[in-house]
Amino acid sequence: MHKEFLMGNAAIARGALAAGLNLICGYPGTPSTEVLETAAKYKPETLYVEWSVNEKAALEVGAGAAYCGSRTMVTMKQVGLNVASDPLMSLAYIGVKGGMVIMVADDPGPISSQTEQDTRHFASFSKLPCFDPSTVQEAYDMIQDAFAYSETYHTPVLFRPTTRVCHAYSSVMIKDPEEFYHNTPEGFIKDSSRWVIFPKLSYQAHMQIEKRNAELSAVFSDYAGNQILPAAKTDCRKGIASHGISFTYVKEALKDRENPAVLKISTPFPFPEQKALAFLQNLDEVLCIEELDPVIERELTYLCGKHHLPVRILGKLSGHIRTAGENTCDSVSQDIASFMGWENPEEHKLPEPPALPVRPPVLCAGCPHRASFYAVKTAMKGKKSVFCGDIGCYTLGNAMPLDMVDTCLCMGAGVNITQGIGHTEPDTACFAFVGDSTFFASAITGAVNAVYNQADMTLVVLDNSTTAMTGHQPHPGTGRTMMGEIVQKISIEDVLKGVGVKTVETVNPFSLQEAVGTVKKISAEKGVKAIIFKSPCAMLIKPQQILEVDQQKCIGCRKCITSLGCPAIVTADGKVKTDDSLCTGCGLCAQVCPVGAIGRAET
Amino acid sequence: MNQNLLLCGVGGQGIVLVSKLVASCAMQKGYDVMSAETIGMAQKGGSVFSFLRFGEEIASPMFGRGQADLMIAFEPAEAVRMLPYLKKDGCIIVNTKPVMPVTAVLKASAYQGTEMLAYLKQNVSRLILVNGEKACHEIGSPRVLNMIMLGTAVRHGLLPFSVSEAETAMRQNVRPQFAELNQKALAYAESEK
Repeated sequence: MHKEFLMGNAAIARGALAAGLNLICGYPGTPSTEVLETAAKYKPETLYVEWSVNEKAALEVGAGAAYCGSRTMVTMKQVGLNVASDPLMSLAYIGVKGGMVIMVADDPGPISSQTEQDTRHFASFSKLPCFDPSTVQEAYDMIQDAFAYSETYHTPVLFRPTTRVCHAYSSVMIKDPEEFYHNTPEGFIKDSSRWVIFPKLSYQAHMQIEKRNAELSAVFSDYAGNQILPAAKTDCRKGIASHGISFTYVKEALKDRENPAVLKISTPFPFPEQKALAFLQNLDEVLCIEELDPVIERELTYLCGKHHLPVRILGKLSGHIRTAGENTCDSVSQDIASFMGWENPEEHKLPEPPALPVRPPVLCAGCPHRASFYAVKTAMKGKKSVFCGDIGCYTLGNAMPLDMVDTCLCMGAGVNITQGIGHTEPDTACFAFVGDSTFFASAITGAVNAVYNQADMTLVVLDNSTTAMTGHQPHPGTGRTMMGEIVQKISIEDVLKGVGVKTVETVNPFSLQEAVGTVKKISAEKGVKAIIFKSPCAMLIKPQQILEVDQQKCIGCRKCITSLGCPAIVTADGKVKTDDSLCTGCGLCAQVCPVGAIGRAET
Repeated sequence: MNQNLLLCGVGGQGIVLVSKLVASCAMQKGYDVMSAETIGMAQKGGSVFSFLRFGEEIASPMFGRGQADLMIAFEPAEAVRMLPYLKKDGCIIVNTKPVMPVTAVLKASAYQGTEMLAYLKQNVSRLILVNGEKACHEIGSPRVLNMIMLGTAVRHGLLPFSVSEAETAMRQNVRPQFAELNQKALAYAESEK
């Protein structure tokens, strides 16, 4: 064993490697992405790694490997599991041979997600065991336990950390390579009574799953991750139940206090009933401090009913804890203080500060999406149009002054939503913007749907040759794999032509005039047509010579500011200037300036 | 005794690297270390922070208001935004150069940073101002503000390690071609009261 400073996601990957991981696949999504990246970085010879095209593909690839006896991990964010839910629900019935951990990161807040859904519900819905770590160290240890339970019970298991565990860093004790478990897959053994799902098989599997989960509830009552911290004083009749990162906030809040008993739940499903019953003995009231949904609160309420226990269970359902958003050290310490009847710690009161500038996230300086949005906006000025967006950096095109994202729902939705709008409002010019990675993940079926059903729309693919939002992962259009191979790039243009889109044009959005002309021409055509705006993500290319505003020529019209909203264009002492620490030299502002006052700085 | 550090600023200012270096130095001293920071969408020009704690017994990577022993703020308004986290007698190091958000530029807002500095002067007893713009200019790169801020904290004895220990950590974490520039920034001594 030795100590390292690791991010939670890195600890999960390193723990999985210590558990003899044979295959890992997934789709990038904050806060889950670094797990697969870390596994790739520390890849042993025997490990296969891939970014799959989407979560459904990943889960199915993972299942195949686990059928062969591989120790397999599949990674995704919580909404990714919605995409993978079809194979998930069935795989729960079929089961696995090698240990299979489905790592699904939840995002209370939400900080970088569309929803605040709680994967613990997916666990009970799919009837799969679920692990919920509280700290980076626990994540490292627990992921190894997860593989062991999966293999013992021949079932995939869910492992669901939340953002503050995934992205926390901590000094952790980890194993040296000689301490690693090694797994040699047996290979696929044909057995249609095991691997082919049929109603009869499902009926039998259902019976077995329920039996197994009852057994697991008892087993988990002795699991080290489920703990009761005894009260400082035995006559204290209040208790606190918590989980995940919130448990660490509870511990912080109870430091230097006469703490009540605390129940920590690390396996929300199957719920460790015996452990919880032991905790509930001799208590009058329990406060459940949870993030996302009141899963523990419902379980404890149910247990009290089932066993006729006179314990009041408080939390989100009772109105004692707010229903949405993430917990913090402060919120938890206040919740506990009110529950215990303690005085809130005295706060250092500061006078009202001056109005603080708001800083919503914006497209980076030099981002090609800004040029693409501006080109479409310019071309469609004065025409009735709708701009459906999608998931990625380009969702930020909604911000002023671009204001070019009218809808955003989920991965790949924009291309279909725009069809629905078009069928309802035929006089509207319908656009769908989709990034290159999202295109491969889930917009191709939308394009087929549009062609087949005779939609009238323009698909705009914003191709920056990477998966930018999550930190530049490769995808089928980049020609690189996570195994380090250089492979044939899949051409978006060829895909679109292949599914029957007749007009597909590729333009560099930084050639503004040409880009505007292409949009005008193509959007006037009937049917499904596509524009591919191709220019690499600004973070991936060397900055060019930066631009400067010639103060002699600048007339102060602010058109560069009010059209583009580029963070590298600022005002100082009433003058428009470029910020040399941010400008990448993309040159878009120089093309927008009506008097040619912006040009390349002299070297 | 645990020490709580809060770094704050705007996405792209290099806060995460400073957090890594402090963590690495604290680990060298045998402390347990935990940290938590903004990752993801908010990084793009948004307000960012990094909580960092080291000591003997730490439960959570985050801490509550009024608990930071030291704040290193890379931007005046971000210093004010996060000020409630500073301990009553805590120390704050602030870069005086404001970063104008696009929203402020668009609305031709009056935000210039000076009102934030005035507020800090009124409400913080241990305030160290750093003219980051001037320092970056003298060092010859707009991208070394993070090392200037870290160097200032270390030189004022606010972190339990030396400039040379910080330099060792830096050299392990930045590409060799940028090491000299970052070393100059770490050692940069100009600061104003």
